[in-house]
Amino acid sequence: MIGFQYARAGDVTDAVRLMAGDPRAKFVAGGTNLIDLMKMDVERPSMVIDINRLPLKEVEEVPGGGLRIGALVRNTDLAYNALVEERYPVLASALLAGATQQLRNMASTGGNLLQRTRCHYFYDTATPCNKREPGSGCSAIGGQNRMHAILGASDACIAVHPSDMCVAMAMLEAMVRVTGASGERAIPFAEFHRLPGETPERDTNLSAGEIITAVELPPRGFATNYTYLKIRDRLSYAFALVSVAAGLELEGGTIKEGHFALGGIAHKPWRDPQAEAALRGQPANAKTFALAADIFLRDAEGYEHNAFKIDLARRCIMRALSQAAAGTPQSQSSKKIV
Amino acid sequence: MAPYIGTATSRIDGIAKVTGAAKYAAEFNVPGLLHGSVVTSTIAKGRITRLDTSAAMRVKGVIDVLTHENRPPMADNDQAYKDDVAPPGSPFRPLYDDKIKFNLQPIALVVAETSEVARFAASLVTVEYEEVAHVTDIFAARDAAVPIKPPASPVGFTPPKARGQPNRALARAAVRHEGEYYVPIEHHNPMELYGATVIHESDGKLTVYDKTQGVQNVQRYLCGVFGMKPEGVRVLSPFVGGAFGSGLRPQFEAVLAVLAARALERSVRVVLTRPQMYALGYRPAMVQRIALGADADGTLDAIAHDAVTATSQFEEYFRQETGWSGLLYKCANAKYEHKLARLDLPTSCDMRAPSAPTALFALESAMDELAVALELDPLELRLRCYSERDQNHDRPFSSKALRECYRQGAEAFGWNKRNGAPRSMRDGSELVGWGMATGIWEALQMPITVRIALTANGSAEVACATSDIGTGTYTIMAQVAADMLGLPLENISIKLGDSTLPNSPVEGGSWIAASVSNGIATTVAAVRNELLELAKKVPNSPLANAAPDEVKLADGMIVDERDGSRSVSIADAMRHGGVERIEQEETTNPTADDSRARNTHSAVFAEVKIDEEIGVIRVTRVVSAIAGGRVLNTKTASSQILGSVVWGIGMALHEETLIDHKLGRVMNANIAEYHVPVNADVHDIKVIFVHEHDDSNPLGVKGLGEIGIIGVAPAIANAVYHATGKRVRDLPITLDKLHP
Repeated sequence: MIGFQYARAGDVTDAVRLMAGDPRAKFVAGGTNLIDLMKMDVERPSMVIDINRLPLKEVEEVPGGGLRIGALVRNTDLAYNALVEERYPVLASALLAGATQQLRNMASTGGNLLQRTRCHYFYDTATPCNKREPGSGCSAIGGQNRMHAILGASDACIAVHPSDMCVAMAMLEAMVRVTGASGERAIPFAEFHRLPGETPERDTNLSAGEIITAVELPPRGFATNYTYLKIRDRLSYAFALVSVAAGLELEGGTIKEGHFALGGIAHKPWRDPQAEAALRGQPANAKTFALAADIFLRDAEGYEHNAFKIDLARRCIMRALSQAAAGTPQSQSSKKIV
Repeated sequence: MAPYIGTATSRIDGIAKVTGAAKYAAEFNVPGLLHGSVVTSTIAKGRITRLDTSAAMRVKGVIDVLTHENRPPMADNDQAYKDDVAPPGSPFRPLYDDKIKFNLQPIALVVAETSEVARFAASLVTVEYEEVAHVTDIFAARDAAVPIKPPASPVGFTPPKARGQPNRALARAAVRHEGEYYVPIEHHNPMELYGATVIHESDGKLTVYDKTQGVQNVQRYLCGVFGMKPEGVRVLSPFVGGAFGSGLRPQFEAVLAVLAARALERSVRVVLTRPQMYALGYRPAMVQRIALGADADGTLDAIAHDAVTATSQFEEYFRQETGWSGLLYKCANAKYEHKLARLDLPTSCDMRAPSAPTALFALESAMDELAVALELDPLELRLRCYSERDQNHDRPFSSKALRECYRQGAEAFGWNKRNGAPRSMRDGSELVGWGMATGIWEALQMPITVRIALTANGSAEVACATSDIGTGTYTIMAQVAADMLGLPLENISIKLGDSTLPNSPVEGGSWIAASVSNGIATTVAAVRNELLELAKKVPNSPLANAAPDEVKLADGMIVDERDGSRSVSIADAMRHGGVERIEQEETTNPTADDSRARNTHSAVFAEVKIDEEIGVIRVTRVVSAIAGGRVLNTKTASSQILGSVVWGIGMALHEETLIDHKLGRVMNANIAEYHVPVNADVHDIKVIFVHEHDDSNPLGVKGLGEIGIIGVAPAIANAVYHATGKRVRDLPITLDKLHP
């Protein structure tokens, strides 16, 4: 670990001001990812701005039926929040699919959005990695890439975003509230994370100096027909090979509206409007789900070790949609796939 | 006083461990202790052309940066670097010269006043290399692999000779199965990081606290490497947080810490990081071909077992990978071929039951495939091939209750309810599979010396330089000593893990329980004899005419075994003799009789449930029935088997050291990405110890540290086949291997 300054922000204005004074600073909340990366010399902030005292710890109803989640709400508190459990159970489920109880107790909502990829090469400073060191090359292409992207990758980077929470938020069409020197703005979830393109070092579309203050969920929570299905190389405490957050609105056996987002397969939680359009107005059956999955994966490409994820993703989409349609969401405690 | 041997006695060091009172190698502190941080190579092969430590040296708090260029003298010959269990070859010498032999090789040690400063400064050391092409992939080195040579040293294994006419037997076999099986490199990943604290004493002597499975091995090795006199170095390792074979050979943290302590004449601690521990040894990758030939009735007629295992470019590590096959089953014709593939990696090493879990993954998978070909129940096939003799050496077993393992294991598991057809059993959306496999390991005993000091107040100290690597050695030593000395358990204190104590081999090979328990028995006999002499001198001694083998120690008394009313208390005998303390030290050698084979056995039954579409595998039940001689402590023994089964689940489904062969570097060098089972992966595990009498040593102990892992991975793999109809011959069985 390399020496750094420590500062504590008292409120959002203070945090933004501190950040504006040092472009190499980083905010820290739970520290469950940043501190690890600092120990590995991957992140080398000149200053760490502790935002844990900011008043961003509430989950509040907003007029019109949505929910506003403060950026400092811990993953555990969010997962067991009564409003979330009742109205957005897919989010609660996704949160509980991630990490361990101890990590969820520390990890914050805002930090979860900003967690960095788990690509082996990103973590090992002895290897080339365009995300860590732009221009050095991508070792995962032609290297160990079992965990890597099958959609939206570039020649510069095939890393994936590791979050579970974000997959559910993407499916729910959340809005990310941020504040910077030039004021507040809202970023639709689909536009928050970036694809790697030629600038894989940038994970998100946050502008320099901006801080996440909240995530807002729209009224629609798919609380009746939903699931979060996470498939990984052991039954807990592993990042997703493929995960699916799915929500359906049904009228009889017909899909009125269907959303699904995938984790573990791209540089951001992946949604596909065309695939979802293929659900709309169709019977909630295997044929419909298969068509949607095929559309979703039409451009999928695998590498040496992860080509299996294309077929796995197809199976997971179909299973998740049938779990959602049947009203039998995946349990995160029993590991039996329902 | 109830006997302690054979009971579920809780660990005598348990409270110290859970309260933090038990100190591990990197927890011993002295004023002025310095901290070393290791700089490691980032290439797999070549040489260092430039090593710039100037930036690191400028950091406040940095005392020195040691490299091959400025280190104090070290031995310049291989013999000096040979440890008690070194394989043939030229051992690695840390910081010796500019040569890079493997990635993550230690190349510099930054020594500073705090560990944080040392670690930061280590990140400032810049290195330039001249790279040479490397090979880290066993499949790339396979064709160049060379047959093993029987080692000249007593350590190591001589591959068994072929018997019969295996080629002809295979050719004429009514039913044949042939397959290739692969097990990747696996690392030990003990919870405790490797660390050494070297205390530079005022007289210049060194006290070394090291994480090791053999303090005397480390002590001898350090004397060799640094030309030190034995009395100048004391090595201690009172507690070890797991090692599993990785601490059998001295590791480089001890060398680097001693190097710095000698160079600076200061006390120094070196702790490796988790990634740096992937530069220690590993279970070698193994590519195996097995060919089995059987008669139509399911009796084996031919076994051919070929293996290629990985070692480094500079040492030849191997165990008896192929020989297990012809030992386990009755088969008139057998042949083995074992080759070594040299890779640009550290030397592979022993890891829990070295060679057997890998070899038996292949053999027991192949036997399952043969059972399928024969349309025979896999358990029935094992029974038809049951061997009453070690055919490799044409001798009987000292004991072999494997049949009873099969019977009790099958009954506990409910094996008779198995529908043999693949994909025939279901539980809702999950396919259910039942598989089984056999395990075999060695029951070894090694020479050992034990000292016992008994005081007139009825307390005893039992001392031996062995280690307790978490297995429960402290506890079984106390149990055995308490029973044999006739004293309560709490009156026994155990001293171990100190090179100045009486001689012990390294703690490995499952041999310490048998060695040290029988060693205690020998020394207790000497104590008893001395007590009897004293007791005879007591006025009107009721034991005046008793011979040593006619008395025992019980309840603080020396008692005539033929007439329990004739006794003298230990306190009286010692008081009358004017003796405050009796001390005896005896060496116990195992029997030299090699006319019988000595092995432990197991039968493992596993149930898996697999989601048919997605391939998620859950190991819902395991029954492990063990024939391991006398069980000294049913609680710690059971824990050994439970831990082994969990590891077997990991071997089957999770474990794999991922190497980027272009970079020649381990990429999942941490326990987040190197997967081992977590709680969710572990369900119901039942351990059965079947009765097995063995007279190879007086206590009938065979050792249980390793037998539990063997057979678990193939039992699970066979269950996966039974569930899905899909045979996976390369580990780990990840879900993608079940997809079409």
